[in-house]
Amino acid sequence: MAEHYKPVKYKAWEMGLEERFQEVFPPLSQREAVLEANRCLYCYDAPCMVACPTHIDIPTFIRKISTGNVTGSARTILEANLMGASCARVCPVQELCEGACVLEHDEKPIMIGRLQRYAMDYADQSKIEFFTKGKSNGMKVAVIGAGPAGLTCAGELSKFGFDVTCYERKVWPGGLSTYGIVVFREPVEVARHEAKKIEDLGVTMKTGHTVGEDIQFEDLFKDNDAVFVSIGLGSVPEMDIPGEDLEGVVDGLFFIEETKTKPLAEIQYGNRICVIGAGNTAIDCATIARRLGSERVTMIYRRSEAEMPAYHFEYQFALGEGVSFSFLTQPVEVLSTNGKVDGLKCVRMDLAEPDESGRRVAVPIPNSEFVVPCDMVIKAIGQLKHTPFIAKLGEYGIKTIKGYIAVDAKTNRTAHEKIFAGGDCIRSRGEASTVMATQDGKIAARAIYEQLTGKPIPEGTLKRTTDMTIDPTMANGCALHDHKPRVHAAATTK
Amino acid sequence: MADLSINFNGIKSPNPFWLASAPPSNSGYQVQKAFEAGWGGAVWKTVGAPVMNVCNRYGTIDYKGRKIIGLNNVELISDRPLETNLKEMAEAKRNFPNHAVIASIMVESKKEAWQEIIKRTEQTGVDGFELNFGCPHGMSERGMGAAMGQVPEYTCMVTEWVMEVATKPVIVKLTPNVTDIVQPARAAIKANASAISLINTINSIMGVDIDTFEIKPNVGGKGGHGGYAGPAVKPIALNLISAVASDEEYRKAGIPISGMGGIETWQDCVEFMLLGSTSVQVCTAVMHFGFRIVEDLIDGLSNWMDQRNFKNCTDFIGKSLPRISSFGDFDLGFQSVARIDHAKCIQCNLCFIACNDTAHQCIDLKDMKLTSEVTERLWPVVREEDCVGCALCSSVCPVDDCIEMVEIDTGRPHITWNQLIKEKPEVLQWDKMVEYREKNHIHIH
Ligand SMILES: Cc1cc2nc3c(=O)[nH]c(=O)nc-3n(C[C@H](O)[C@H](O)[C@H](O)COP(=O)(O)OP(=O)(O)OC[C@H]3O[C@@H](n4cnc5c(N)ncnc54)[C@H](O)[C@@H]3O)c2cc1C
Ligand SMILES: Cc1cc2nc3c(=O)[nH]c(=O)nc-3n(C[C@H](O)[C@H](O)[C@H](O)COP(=O)(O)O)c2cc1C
Ligand code: SF4
Repeated sequence: MAEHYKPVKYKAWEMGLEERFQEVFPPLSQREAVLEANRCLYCYDAPCMVACPTHIDIPTFIRKISTGNVTGSARTILEANLMGASCARVCPVQELCEGACVLEHDEKPIMIGRLQRYAMDYADQSKIEFFTKGKSNGMKVAVIGAGPAGLTCAGELSKFGFDVTCYERKVWPGGLSTYGIVVFREPVEVARHEAKKIEDLGVTMKTGHTVGEDIQFEDLFKDNDAVFVSIGLGSVPEMDIPGEDLEGVVDGLFFIEETKTKPLAEIQYGNRICVIGAGNTAIDCATIARRLGSERVTMIYRRSEAEMPAYHFEYQFALGEGVSFSFLTQPVEVLSTNGKVDGLKCVRMDLAEPDESGRRVAVPIPNSEFVVPCDMVIKAIGQLKHTPFIAKLGEYGIKTIKGYIAVDAKTNRTAHEKIFAGGDCIRSRGEASTVMATQDGKIAARAIYEQLTGKPIPEGTLKRTTDMTIDPTMANGCALHDHKPRVHAAATTK
Repeated sequence: MADLSINFNGIKSPNPFWLASAPPSNSGYQVQKAFEAGWGGAVWKTVGAPVMNVCNRYGTIDYKGRKIIGLNNVELISDRPLETNLKEMAEAKRNFPNHAVIASIMVESKKEAWQEIIKRTEQTGVDGFELNFGCPHGMSERGMGAAMGQVPEYTCMVTEWVMEVATKPVIVKLTPNVTDIVQPARAAIKANASAISLINTINSIMGVDIDTFEIKPNVGGKGGHGGYAGPAVKPIALNLISAVASDEEYRKAGIPISGMGGIETWQDCVEFMLLGSTSVQVCTAVMHFGFRIVEDLIDGLSNWMDQRNFKNCTDFIGKSLPRISSFGDFDLGFQSVARIDHAKCIQCNLCFIACNDTAHQCIDLKDMKLTSEVTERLWPVVREEDCVGCALCSSVCPVDDCIEMVEIDTGRPHITWNQLIKEKPEVLQWDKMVEYREKNHIHIH
């Protein structure tokens, strides 16, 4: 049978349930990868490398794919970013490396993310041990939370020779890579395998250990030479509207987590769903709902398309998945009959003058209430901070900014010299993302090494990449690559 | 990790990768920057006779959207004063004692001139010399470069002059612009050279501007032949290197080869080494991308060696040489035929048209009913009994591993041409040849 005669299914509704939750982008074939890698110009002082928050040497890893040195390519990636397999799948590349590619204007950018995935898949399949635990220096570090920030910090410290123990509340490590990123973007196995590689580096992984419950912060503080706090964020906050406690109203993160941990066929979903919010998480909830089989999914957002925080490509993706958008709409009450959700009462909004944040304020239009019939409401309006935990840290003199842990940008050290922090729990400004969390882990690992040993980090470790990152303007998290179209010199001189 | 270091007849280098004598090794700044990037050695841009350069110096060939598949130049040897070059060589060597610094030399054909410059250069502490008998333009018109390399007697004579005074290893760099590369190689061996390097650049004209009728590269409205290098020349270089490496006299001499010509990737390096190069030199690829390409050369080679359990470069240098043979010794009974994998075939039909128009008309387009589509197109199918095994179809096929050349046993006698004409000299007559083929069921339609 000629394989290419098999019909290719582009439309989600033509696929079976399991198929709809496979990765949206198939892996590149060897030929595709080599052709694409050969398109790369191998720029010197390449802008993609600067745009990547972990400063992977992108031209080099791509060149190595083109020369068939895929092992070397994978090493180049992992040297700068131990979460290379996750980042290859989840990074908003249009906003980062690919957005900076010099070919963006004359051709089209190199598919950096997918090439990175090609090298990472190869590394995975070839089972190469790229790094090993450094010779033990007798010092101990505790890492709280095994998301991208914690795993990276733990892995890098173990390479340096520290004895690292990672405490994780959940059953599996990986943080949101394991529990939060939609499976058709990153399969659970990828995230778990990545975490396993960190364990293979000699990190002790204590899953099912909630710090503050199963083990006290005081003890970790006492028993270790340094502590890295990477607890991420918590659940979705309350909307403070009547009907919020009804059974059919769910936390978006919980909804996503189910698709990552349960057989797909067992997941409860409504047929007419309202998703509240318009960030990337909200989009994820909406597209998952569609792929599960929900017939009508409407996103409810009180401002307009222009203000919506989701990336443009996410918005496009959702539109392609058949999600509808109700902009300038504010939910005011979840309606029910006999305890079952049957509608979302909303009010229409207008945009007024910008507030101090520069965004135009949405104000309700009087007497414009209307009801969107629905049987399920998914809340995706952001994430709560782990306030009690952070309050506990306050006893050690740790400061906060808007409820996030405050750190020194060069070292990710908190106000207490033994306590470092990174990832979403410090991201008081800028976009929370896997790659930024990863970079936080690296910065902290380097600082912990230098502080505890009194020596600069060894030649060739983390150096090439982190040297570029010390940018004081990145204090407490940097905005992702500021994406402005470049103006060609030729165009301006004419 | 594998040990990449080499000992090139006394010249020690941390790895086999050297900058070829050319613009990338023009100055101390460049050579030291290259060493920092990882290059194991550098053959300094040729120094010697005073010169004046022109511009434009380079012309390049782009191939279907890819830049610089070949580069030609009308550049001369170093136009910086000799004194400056010598001073910088000394400094580079001092700062990088474990790297190989080799001085490339070219002066007029006078014994005193050669001996004098060799003695002066040796004082800088360089690890060896390379005699540039290969530059095909500008210098050759003045009786230097290729003008010496193309006449084996001159090659031998000048090498002897140098050997009389040199205490460091002397590499003779050959020009490819000769009919039989073995002759100048033997001349160098006869003069007791310590090593041979090849190839220098190939005579070429890069093109003509069809609007202005100017020659490329255009030197103020004129143009002329220049030296061709870059990826496009690699097959020529591999052939010339293998020819020298397989020569009986060269083998007896037991001296190393430094191979170059078209090297861009670590795989290219491996190929040059498998055909007998102990060190490899690179110019054009460095001019295209910078010194940094050496990182992948090192990484790629060392991963490749690790995978195969090669501990040292000597474990594989020359490993493919025993396979270099010649037509008369090929097995006439070896038969391969093309086989198309229809699961992979995308029905571009390039194989069909190539075979039908330009090979032996043994691919048919057939209704195969391989799918349930009503509109199923015809499929290319090889008539294996007629396939002569030329491999054209598999070469034009755009899909990896779709057309494979598979070996089949036809029962033909395994005999070489040399054996055949010895045993049956009558086959040199067409009627006897036909008879022989018939007897052995060899049918050519
Ligand atoms: C739905 C969703 C989709 C996303 N999609 C993308 C995307 O496409 N691309 C992208 O770049 N980013 C995306 N992000 C953001 C990205 O996932 C986060 O920025 C990143 O995971 C942050 O890493 P972290 O290590 O700081 O925190 P987390 O990944 O949140 O990990 C924190 C870990 O700490 C553990 N923990 C918390 N408290 C304790 C405690 N007291 N004791 C022990 N363990 C504790 C948690 O269980 C968790 O495992 C998405 C986020 C969400 C919610
Ligand atoms: C611009 C240019 C200048 C060169 N100058 C010299 C030279 O001065 N001496 C020399 O021996 N070879 C010279 N060469 C030849 C190179 O050393 C080398 O033999 C040739 O370029 C083949 O290698 P490549 O394909 O890697 O470029 C020159 C080549 C180029 C392209
Ligand atoms: S490469 Fe440098 S020297 Fe050569 S033409 Fe361009 S600017 Fe001038």
